[in-house]
Amino acid sequence: MASDLVVEARGLTKYYGAQPVVNGIDIEVHRGECFGLLGPNGAGKTTTLRMLMGATPPSAGSLDVLGYPIPQQARRMRERLGVVPQQDNLDPDFTVLENLITYASYFGLRGPELDRRIAGLLDFAALEAKAGVSIGTLSGGMKRRLTLARALINDPELLILDEPTTGLDPQARQLIWQRLRALLGQGKTLILTTHYMEEAERLCDRLMIIDNGHVLVTGSPAELVRRHIEPHVVEIHGGGVEEWYDTIGRPLVQRGERSGETVFCYVNDERPLLDALSRRPELHFMHRRANLEDVFIKLTGKELREG
Amino acid sequence: MNFSLPVISVRWLPVWRRNLRVWRKLSGPALIGNFGEPLLYLLALGYGLGGFVGEVKGLPYIVFLASGIICASAMNTATFEGLYSAYTRMAVQNTWGGMLAAPLDIDDIVLGEIIWTATKSLISAIPILIVAAALGAVHGWGALWVLPVVFVTGLCFGAMALVITALAKSYDFFIYYFTLVITPLFLVSGVFFPLEGVPQAVQIGAQLLPLSHAVEIVRPLMTGQAPPAPALHLLVPLLYAGAAYWLATVLLRRRLMS
Repeated sequence: MASDLVVEARGLTKYYGAQPVVNGIDIEVHRGECFGLLGPNGAGKTTTLRMLMGATPPSAGSLDVLGYPIPQQARRMRERLGVVPQQDNLDPDFTVLENLITYASYFGLRGPELDRRIAGLLDFAALEAKAGVSIGTLSGGMKRRLTLARALINDPELLILDEPTTGLDPQARQLIWQRLRALLGQGKTLILTTHYMEEAERLCDRLMIIDNGHVLVTGSPAELVRRHIEPHVVEIHGGGVEEWYDTIGRPLVQRGERSGETVFCYVNDERPLLDALSRRPELHFMHRRANLEDVFIKLTGKELREG
Repeated sequence: MNFSLPVISVRWLPVWRRNLRVWRKLSGPALIGNFGEPLLYLLALGYGLGGFVGEVKGLPYIVFLASGIICASAMNTATFEGLYSAYTRMAVQNTWGGMLAAPLDIDDIVLGEIIWTATKSLISAIPILIVAAALGAVHGWGALWVLPVVFVTGLCFGAMALVITALAKSYDFFIYYFTLVITPLFLVSGVFFPLEGVPQAVQIGAQLLPLSHAVEIVRPLMTGQAPPAPALHLLVPLLYAGAAYWLATVLLRRRLMS
């Protein structure tokens, strides 16, 4: 295994009964990068992460994480891994500090070195003032930050984060992003899943979109946008939009999609379309650059209409 | 399914210590219950019922009862801990999920939890012993030998409870186990009355089950006598403990690792 590969999976497969949930995917994650695993619900993201951390054995394929064969040496690998699970599993009977001390004991960590590390982590998670507070009184954002601090208790080389910001308000999310970027700055490797394309676009160096257990695409966010989608998007809604699109709009766009009462037009050159729209004041529209969400919807969403 | 024997390592210790830490935080009200309940039982049944019963097998009824209640309490405490509390840690709080993301395995968790249930049995038995001694139902320091028997009883019933927990879909499932296993055991194991009076089939059945053997050792120890064949009587709950330990590990591997 090349030294800069933190995860190397070949033909990774997981069956539940006769049903393949993950179906022969290859993953390479390089040291120091943020790798995103995206896909709709039920695509196989969480099962893939569980295999990576040795929580469930693959049905087929080979898997190395941090140089250890998984699942054979999963326990030794987990000594150098941090995990932020999708659902909080902080100990509700404990304070913030007790949660960190107890979790450290699972790694066999104790003593003055641990005390120093915990002080640093409370600072990192902006929870110094909350050390003696019980978990029940923390906000959702604080709990997430504590979960992140807990995942760092063993100073891991690799962090796995399963939807780290789901359910958080925008301020709390910004703070988590900032912290994750700081961890990348320290040279740690991050693997994360998210349903927020903006999050993936901001944080991930490379990402993989999977669906039905298969890999759809892999690449950097900018590369995926460039390769898989027209550069401009015009979203149109308002009375008579369907009839307008069928008669006037369609010849002007490379690709169109209807979603609810909005028509999404994907174009290489936006000017003819915007000209046509300027003659129809009853139609509301927004012109923007194409982004990762458009790629995601194109690849995984149901296309109701081809342009 | 992975049927291999449980891997034994010292990694059970942080699991056990985590539970102890929670218990210490919440122990105030629990300790009051640990003292209060046996006190009420021994006073009400020992003296109240004992007044009618008189002597049982040559012992004042309160002495007979105290030794039975210690064993029953060891069973109940370990059972509750292995069912409701362990299920909460497994399925509600996802405490075990956190441990499994750290360098702990299912085998470590199962061993730590079983030893913890036995520790809880000890925690419940010690106050009963103190209350019984205060009421004059204990003869001499030799009664402290009761505690290892209580611990083995706790291992046995804690491990059995974890097997049920490994199969449970919700808390409701535990009612069956109590109704079909624990309550009958409680009634036919010589806790409240000697087994001589019950039908032969029940007597034989009780010999195959773990609780009556614990009672057989504890009762002479409480009254300052040497128990007959203690190794044989300990063997039965130990065999149950070992089999249930293995089965709980296999079932929890299947449940949590699939």
